[in-house]
Amino acid sequence: MATTTPLPIGFDVGRARAEFPILAQDVHGKPLVYLDNAATTQKPQPVLDAITRYYTRDNANVHRAVHALSGRATDAFEAGRAKVARFLNAANPREIVFTRNATEGINLVAQAWGRTNVAAGDEVLISAMEHHSNIVPWQLLCDSVGARLRVAPITDRGELELDAFERLLGPRTRIVAVTQLSNALGTVNPIREIATLVHRAEALLLVDGAQAAYHMPVDVQSLGCDFYVVTGHKLYGPTGIGALWGREALLEQMPPWQGGGDMIRSVTFERSTWNDLPYKFEAGTPHVEGAIGLGAAVDYLSAIGMEQLAAHERELLDYGTTALQSVPGLRLIGTAARKASILSFVIDDLHPHDIGTIVDQEGIAIRTGHHCAQPVMDRFGIPATARASLALYNTRDDLDRLVSALHIVRKVLG
Amino acid sequence: MSGLNELYQEVILDHNRRPRNFRALEAATRTQEGFNPLCGDRLTLYVQLEGARIVDVSFQGSGCAISKASASLMTEALKGKSVEEARALFDRFHQMVTSAPTDEVPEIGKLAVLAGVREFPTRIKCASLAWHTLRAAVSSEGPVPVSTE
Repeated sequence: MATTTPLPIGFDVGRARAEFPILAQDVHGKPLVYLDNAATTQKPQPVLDAITRYYTRDNANVHRAVHALSGRATDAFEAGRAKVARFLNAANPREIVFTRNATEGINLVAQAWGRTNVAAGDEVLISAMEHHSNIVPWQLLCDSVGARLRVAPITDRGELELDAFERLLGPRTRIVAVTQLSNALGTVNPIREIATLVHRAEALLLVDGAQAAYHMPVDVQSLGCDFYVVTGHKLYGPTGIGALWGREALLEQMPPWQGGGDMIRSVTFERSTWNDLPYKFEAGTPHVEGAIGLGAAVDYLSAIGMEQLAAHERELLDYGTTALQSVPGLRLIGTAARKASILSFVIDDLHPHDIGTIVDQEGIAIRTGHHCAQPVMDRFGIPATARASLALYNTRDDLDRLVSALHIVRKVLG
Repeated sequence: MSGLNELYQEVILDHNRRPRNFRALEAATRTQEGFNPLCGDRLTLYVQLEGARIVDVSFQGSGCAISKASASLMTEALKGKSVEEARALFDRFHQMVTSAPTDEVPEIGKLAVLAGVREFPTRIKCASLAWHTLRAAVSSEGPVPVSTE
């Protein structure tokens, strides 16, 4: 049906699948095919085990008590931070701030950095392929300080128009926020090149790594950005935990974001002083098991090797791109030269929700809708797309099953 | 496949392909927007009231087969009805799509073709968007934007 390039040596997808207990189930009487990974990925046994171990052995509040359990909980929590720091190649764990998710990381920067560094008349630049989470926090900032939000256009293939992007960078641009991998289109942006342009304009660069970080090796230092955000539940870890990486000097200069316990050094009714990095930005009891689970998840990914994983998914993306073309009337949305993991498509005038319901009856989970990227849908003049998104445990068979189900869609909807 | 075939039966596919009363209505006395932010379905409902009677009704918009067919079938069912009758029909429709699949379908005429949606909980909102929009359109407070979220 499609190309037959050999799978990358050393990655055994069958063995990998066996570590994801959720995959071994039937849905509507058919073996589950999970292709909604851009929404959230499934969790491998080592992540589930780490969370269970924490609650069955180590549970206590962190950074507080002198008893043994609190010590173990604190060690495990901070080990999670160190693992995330290594996974992203941060200079040190102080640069890793735990958040609820990538969205919260962006909001943190937009508020804590933005409100002290963006003034009336200044500009914030984003791209036309951003998720709502990388649009709305900047709108809130711009509205509150009287700054202007500018948007760099994308091409019909879904690629950033770099020339236009460069022209939009001006003396008033204070910060630029772009995704590394578009959740709706699969486009991979040239972050290093973007970082060079942004820094030449003396602005800062925030990269939304929510999608990229679980599909390709990420090295925040070599990317050259200033802030990078990830979310745990897409990195095969738990929900409710994410991380913001920021350059230490920038994080040091930023005022706290939320006040409360843990983020202070001392409190009196007259004034309070702030804790060191990263605790200055972590008010209240944190998501302890989330950090531990995320630590286990990035360990799991590192053991596989992100290069291996990326090669496996690249082969699947090529296979799926070809295989989907066999469905009459199917059109891919997002055909950038550099793409990863996302197969977004429409079929003639069939509505994606009808497609989603019918393939679900075949045991196949895909996403249908606007993917929290309504401006992207507007750009392509469509209300929604159907989206199959890949993860390390997907196989060619999964994509063949999807293609068969799409032929059934054509039959049912006529 | 049986549930699917019941959901996407020929009448529904036909109303999706050739929606009835799919146009703007110049003589409309009420115009109401309906929106499902979760999936992006949106429609504009036009209602021409003479006193408390719906003399004409039409719609425009984009959505899935279920939401479009439901809006189309609704406009057919409403013409000539009083506002009170339309409200009673809303209640019966709502009862039908939210009841258990084993429950008996209420007396609702041709609209019964949408009973299959009961087996697809994630799609009930698609079928009911037009009806929620109608309820807002004929409310005594006058139109306010309606959302199924």
